[in-house]
Parts: sequence; structure tokens; C-alpha cells
Amino acid sequence: MKKQIPLFIVIVLSFLFAAWAVVPHKISEEFYQGYLVFVRAMSPFGVILGIMSITMVNTVRIKRKVPNWQYSYVTLIAVYATAAIGFIWGTSEGSPYIWIFKNVQMPMSATMFSLLAFYISTAAYKAFRARSAEATVLLIAAIIVMLGQVPYGVMISPKIPGFAQWILDVPNLASKRGFMLGVGLGMTAVSLKIMLGIERAYLGGGD
Amino acid sequence: MFEIISNLIAAFFTLAIFSFLYKDNPFYRFSEQLLVGVSAGYAIPLVWQNAFIPFVYEPIFIQHKWYLFVPVAFGLMLTLRFSKNLSWLARYPIAISIGMTGAGVVLSMNAGVLVQMRSAMQPIDSLNMLIIFVGTVTVMLYFYFSKAHTGLYGKFTKIGIWFMMIGFGASFGNTVMARLSLLIGRIQFLINDVIMGFIK
Repeated sequence: MKKQIPLFIVIVLSFLFAAWAVVPHKISEEFYQGYLVFVRAMSPFGVILGIMSITMVNTVRIKRKVPNWQYSYVTLIAVYATAAIGFIWGTSEGSPYIWIFKNVQMPMSATMFSLLAFYISTAAYKAFRARSAEATVLLIAAIIVMLGQVPYGVMISPKIPGFAQWILDVPNLASKRGFMLGVGLGMTAVSLKIMLGIERAYLGGGD
Repeated sequence: MFEIISNLIAAFFTLAIFSFLYKDNPFYRFSEQLLVGVSAGYAIPLVWQNAFIPFVYEPIFIQHKWYLFVPVAFGLMLTLRFSKNLSWLARYPIAISIGMTGAGVVLSMNAGVLVQMRSAMQPIDSLNMLIIFVGTVTVMLYFYFSKAHTGLYGKFTKIGIWFMMIGFGASFGNTVMARLSLLIGRIQFLINDVIMGFIK
């Protein structure tokens, strides 16, 4: 029963929502609005789960003294200190909370993402070393698209930006559309499996 | 002075993360863990302010909608996920959230399939439209695995692979440019805000 009742809830709600999606009636709209109120009231508690998870993972790392366990203190202190600063001094512009965002979080996340520029170049080099026709097509398309976005591309040939835009608008669109159709069919199939109770991974293991 | 100190701190963390390009080191690890912690901690007051206050506190304690204690109880059940004996109770809020998947059957069929098909079914009145049509069909044929990719069918799927490679290449190029923009932004910050700030 520990799994059957949640499964029953999912199946019943799924059928009601499938009906909501195709029946534009006042009752179905009221049902949807009621559900939204319910779920919105439930959702903030998901953050507690996240904080519990990050705390437990790092506490275990410290207790077991796994390699580099000292850095778990940094994570734990950062989580609780940032949250406490936000609660004590507020989240308005000019507060320490926004200062942390502007001078700690934002520079670090931007730098972290910019690191990928270097690693992506390594990946391109490896792809080029593969020497297959497909890898070459990928690389040529990538180079043209990149050159199309910088002044250097126009210096090489004034036709490059137009050709880059053609790649984006025509063959790229064709492949993306193929993907989108596949993803759409896949999402429909997975949703149907959940709706019919075939897919139950979300219930987790155990009893 | 305060701005210079703020910029120095931001510059320290920027350089600490860039130091990973040389090799893994304590400065990078410290910054990495700090980023994880600050990002998680940053979300807590935001959720409190934008979700808990308007959707839980105000409706219950100001508008006296006492029935909202029911979803609150379900929300609290989520936290039992880590309990050895009561973790099964966390399935109820998950089930309520997953229940909306039923709408996905209809909506993803509409947005992901029908809308795409409608966009694809255009008159083939130019070479570009022909290329888009051939590309869409051959890419889809590639993902049909119930038939071996051999013979004439294999040739069609090969064309699909080439279209996909061009698509991947375009995405790759755009991603590289986006990352390079971020890199240029960070370098501009270090030069204009930090170094030039000192010189001034």
C-alpha cells in the first residue's frame, strides 16, 4: 500500500489533467487553478529537502574524512551564511546579500562557464584528430558559424556571415526539427507510461 | 575604496577559478565549493520571499485559508525522504507533483509534434525548403532503430547523420562564441575594473 496509493494518485490526477488539456470548461479550469494553489503551497518545502541533502552529503564527507573533506566546511558555511545574510539584512539592492551575488556568485559562475571556452577547444581538436568525414563536417559548420559572428569573418570574405546565417536557418533548422519531433514523441511516450502506471521510477526503491 | 575591495574580491575568485587551467589546486577547490554553497544559500531567501510568503504565509495567516495546511503537510512530507522508516511518505507530494504529467501527453504531442509538423509541412517552392524537408525526414529516419541502417535505408540515414553534424556544429559554434563572450567579459573586468581601477 505504500506504493499503491501514490501510484493511484498519479493515475487519477494524470487522467484528470489529460481531460483538462482537451476540455476547455469552467470546471476543468477551476480544477487546474485549485491544483496550482495546492502545489504552490507545497513547493517551498522542496528547498528544505535540498538544504537537508547538501547538509547531509557534506556532513558525511566531514565525518568520514574523505579526500578533500575540509572543503565541505566551505560549502556548509557558505550555504548557511548566505541564507542568514539574506534573512537578516534583506534582499534589496545595496544589501550584503546582493553584494555577495555581484562580487562572489556572479563572477565565479561567469568564470566557471568561461572555462568551457578552453575545454571546448580541446574537444574540437580531438574531433579534428578523429579524421572522419562527419567530424570534419561538424568542425567546418562550427568554424563558419563562429566566423560569421566576428569581424574577422567579414575580413576573410564578406559572404561568410550570410553563409553562417544560411547554415543556422536551413540545415541546422532541419536537424533541430527532426530532434524536436523525436523529443516530442519521446515526451508523449514517457508521459503516457507514467499516466498508465508503467513507469514508476519516481516512486523510488524500498517498500 | 569599498568598490576597489569588492573588485579585488571578485578578481581573486575569478583568478582562483582560472587557476584550474594550470592544474587542480586548493584555490580552485575553495572557490568551487564556495560557489556551490553560495548558489544554494542564495536560493533560500529568494524562495522564502517569492514562494513561501505569497503562497503559504499570506494565504494561511492573513487570508485565513486554513485548508492550505493540507498542502503544507504534504510539503513537509518531502523532508521525510531521508528517514529510514517514514521515507515512503515522501511519495505522496511527489505523486501529486507528477500527476500533472497527464497534461503532458496532450501538450507535448501538440507542442513537440503537431506544431513542428505544421511548421515542416510547407510548400517545397525553393531549394532551401527542399533541404529542410530532406533534412527533417532523414534525421527522423536515423532515430528509427526498428530497421537495420543498411542498403538504401542506410544511405538515407547517412544523410540524416550529415544534417545532424551540421546542426551539432552550429550549436557547437554558438556555444563557443557564448563562452568566449563570457571569457572576454571576465578579462575586461580584470583589466578595466581591477587594474585600471588601481591606476586611477
